[in-house]
Amino acid sequence: MVYSKDFLLNLYKTMVKIRNFELMAEKLFLEGELLGFIHLYIGEEAIATGVMANLRKDDFITSTHRGHGHMIAKGADVNRMMAELYGRTTGYCKGKGGSMHIADFSIGVLGANGVVGGGLPIAVGAGLGIKMKKADQVVVAFFGDGASNTGAFHESLNFASIYRLPLIFIVENNHYASTASTKETTAIENISDRAVSYGIPGVTIDGNDIIVVYEIAKEMIKRAREGGGPSLIEAKTYRIKGHFVGDPELYRDKKEVEEFWLKEPIKKFEKKLFELKMLNEVEKKKIWENNQKEIKEAAKFAKESPIPSNKEALTDLFVNDSGYDY
Amino acid sequence: MREITFAEALGEAISEEMGKNPTIFTYGEDVAKQGGIFGAYKSFSGKFSGRIFDTPISEEVIYGSALGAALVGMRPIAEFHFADFLFTGIQSITLQIEKIRYMTGGQGKLHLLLRGPDGISNSAAAQHSESIETIFMHTPGIKVIIPSTPYDIKGLIKTALREDDPVICFEHKMLYKTKGFVPEKEYLIPFGVADIKKEGNDVTVVTMSRMVHESLKAAEELEHEGISVEVIDLRTLVPWDKNQVIESVKKTGRLVVAHETWKRAGWGAEIASVVQEEAFDYLDAPVIRVGAKNVPMPFASTLQDFVTPNYKDVINAVKKVLR
Repeated sequence: MVYSKDFLLNLYKTMVKIRNFELMAEKLFLEGELLGFIHLYIGEEAIATGVMANLRKDDFITSTHRGHGHMIAKGADVNRMMAELYGRTTGYCKGKGGSMHIADFSIGVLGANGVVGGGLPIAVGAGLGIKMKKADQVVVAFFGDGASNTGAFHESLNFASIYRLPLIFIVENNHYASTASTKETTAIENISDRAVSYGIPGVTIDGNDIIVVYEIAKEMIKRAREGGGPSLIEAKTYRIKGHFVGDPELYRDKKEVEEFWLKEPIKKFEKKLFELKMLNEVEKKKIWENNQKEIKEAAKFAKESPIPSNKEALTDLFVNDSGYDY
Repeated sequence: MREITFAEALGEAISEEMGKNPTIFTYGEDVAKQGGIFGAYKSFSGKFSGRIFDTPISEEVIYGSALGAALVGMRPIAEFHFADFLFTGIQSITLQIEKIRYMTGGQGKLHLLLRGPDGISNSAAAQHSESIETIFMHTPGIKVIIPSTPYDIKGLIKTALREDDPVICFEHKMLYKTKGFVPEKEYLIPFGVADIKKEGNDVTVVTMSRMVHESLKAAEELEHEGISVEVIDLRTLVPWDKNQVIESVKKTGRLVVAHETWKRAGWGAEIASVVQEEAFDYLDAPVIRVGAKNVPMPFASTLQDFVTPNYKDVINAVKKVLR
């Protein structure tokens, strides 16, 4: 497959944008600027980027607690994202969701989710709704290896399969479910093998190779859009940072982490772009610097945005709250 | 006016709204072929091909998928087989449906309805007899309706199917076959408006569901003893009609709250507490609660009857607040 330079550089820029956003979020958290829990997508950027490059704006996704990358790749505004991390009125959720509940329904992101596996039934419902409407949208459910051990995973894949719903289940196997290694908590080596139980295609791929992700996602999305039903893609990756910012990481060897820094997806893709002569040091520097500036401005926008008033806490529960006692 | 059953009134409400609104569809375990475990869908089965279907026994997905379908513009009705089983998929309700609009800053409209049977019947025992409505009053984010008559269920379900907020409806198993007057002409019943099922002056009884009928029976017996009981059917628990209850208490000065669910921390405790906070000066006696004994539902019918409240418990409570 031959790709245009523009196309590949756009993928690269999206990955860089996710990386810089996450590095800024980490820095701000460690400086005490941000509260709550921040789960970084560093090292997993190729998956969201490669998948989303195949989606239309009116397609839907469900995300996870590690959801910043999915939002950015689906086209979210980093200013409003950063403002949400700060808990400001200009944030995507007006400061009521934070990092773990960031969402933008208008671009098809039906929510990050603080419950492992929590997004799967929602994605199934979106697929069911699309089928009832006879529309040609698709839904991508992102979740981790941890979620693949929940009951929701089993119920959702079976449900999606029997009704041939337009879904793509993407398990981002990043080796750890919180502090527990996937090897110790999952009975099989390749989670995609579980697809057999639901009569759907399952494939395990290198989730750190953006082109591989892009190609497989393209095939499965096309299949879903044309009525072929759901599929399960296991994208193997590695969670280079801790489970959350501040995680003491007592459960793994530093050497293991160092090893994966060498295999991380942005460097891997850069190497390819250099080989193809689509990128050089000067251009690379420019891309990173431009983006760092954009992210810095997002942080500034967020910090300078207003803090919500207390009465904001008593809105948005219901569309029609007449008679409801807060 | 014609008389129809509670199940038929429910079927009419859904069928009429499905006829008007193509985004409504309904699914759950045993709903399509069987028409629902207690026949709730029998009156219109076969009418809406493709829009009524049976699902696998996957509670977490049945409720969670209603949320997803609502977010893409549909108006799903998901049936829970028995209220008890809500616990097996409860994260989809309490962690997702109830919270997603709030935690995303008001994005999306969650026009979805969860409905199904609750309560005791025929020695169904501990895992098929529960009334768990209080949980959804305690956790903010879903509207709770609990009709007691064919008239009420038709009007409330029709309202629910035009709401833009999530609604859960509990239908007592022993009510499905009961009959009542239902006009042929269309009507809606707004949420948060209680119905005075019987007017009275001496004691207010606030109740819902099957206990409405037990309370009316108690009121009738007490009438012979010269005691005038006002029976208020809240009809919707979230929101509940605080004004109507307080107005009645101002008149009678005495309050009994009667429900089939457990007495301990049941919703009656909330009603009693709010009334004493906001209308203490009008009370002439402590508020008394009537509820089930705090054990799982036993199987033997004599034991079931022993732990479940009935009209006699309401009579005793009324007499107690009059002492």
